[in-house]
Amino acid sequence: MTVGIVVFPGSNCDRDVRWALEGCLEISTRFLWHEERDLSGLEAVVIPGGFSYGDYLRCGAIARFAPVLEEVKAFAERGGAVLGICNGFQVLTEMGLLPGALTRNEKLHFICEPAELTVQPGQCRWLQGYGADETVTFPIAHGEGRFQCESDQRKALEDGGQVVLRYRQNPNGSVADIAGITNAGGNVLGLMPHPERACDSQTGGADGRRLLASLLG
Amino acid sequence: MLDPAGEATRAAAGRLGVTGVTRLRIGKAIEVELEADDQASAQAQLELLSDRLLANPVIENWSLERLEQVSITAA
Repeated sequence: MTVGIVVFPGSNCDRDVRWALEGCLEISTRFLWHEERDLSGLEAVVIPGGFSYGDYLRCGAIARFAPVLEEVKAFAERGGAVLGICNGFQVLTEMGLLPGALTRNEKLHFICEPAELTVQPGQCRWLQGYGADETVTFPIAHGEGRFQCESDQRKALEDGGQVVLRYRQNPNGSVADIAGITNAGGNVLGLMPHPERACDSQTGGADGRRLLASLLG
Repeated sequence: MLDPAGEATRAAAGRLGVTGVTRLRIGKAIEVELEADDQASAQAQLELLSDRLLANPVIENWSLERLEQVSITAA
């Protein structure tokens, strides 16, 4: 299988994702430049972290119009597995594949530290390797990770079992401690923490391996 | 809408000695020049632009203001 990794001008976790997938998990990857439209042969697509198009205007706002994302949107709507990490999560909300928005951290600081998360895998395809209520540690590294949405959207997410990752100690003011959500189909996951930075026990933990490896199962 | 940057700036105003600031919000002002056949068309295009690109209505409110005369001077 091959996983596509979207690369925008300003992406900076694209190589981390490639290293985690190829180096740690022996899953082949293909970079998808933002102007590309060919997703043929891909089993999944990752939108990595970084500062797409310099985060001009708003995080993810310009990226939403990238040619590659038109194809990613169609791919997701056909049930294809799509993972958005950090800036990738921001992009998924701007695209409308996931509800809500990510805003400036409550205390305005850029936060870079390990975060303990509680997993509720539900129907999310990316999280089937984890048990219900399992605690994992992924690093976070963001200035704009405070998840917000309308109260009716939040109720729909909660009722649908789509809030799949929550912070045990809320670092950024996200509503309901939300760190990651999935879509109704469970094929799209967006999260602020970085599972690709938790794939090698020599660099501080390997809790992220099962997330990235879930597609092999 | 939550505005933590505005709230931090309001607190700093107090430390400067300006204690009467009861509300301070930080947002963006975007200047747009647009060619269109008529005003209704310009208005429609600007509303589309504001709602779909310039602002994210989930977290931001926006309004349009028409400037009759704009002069831009190079610094």
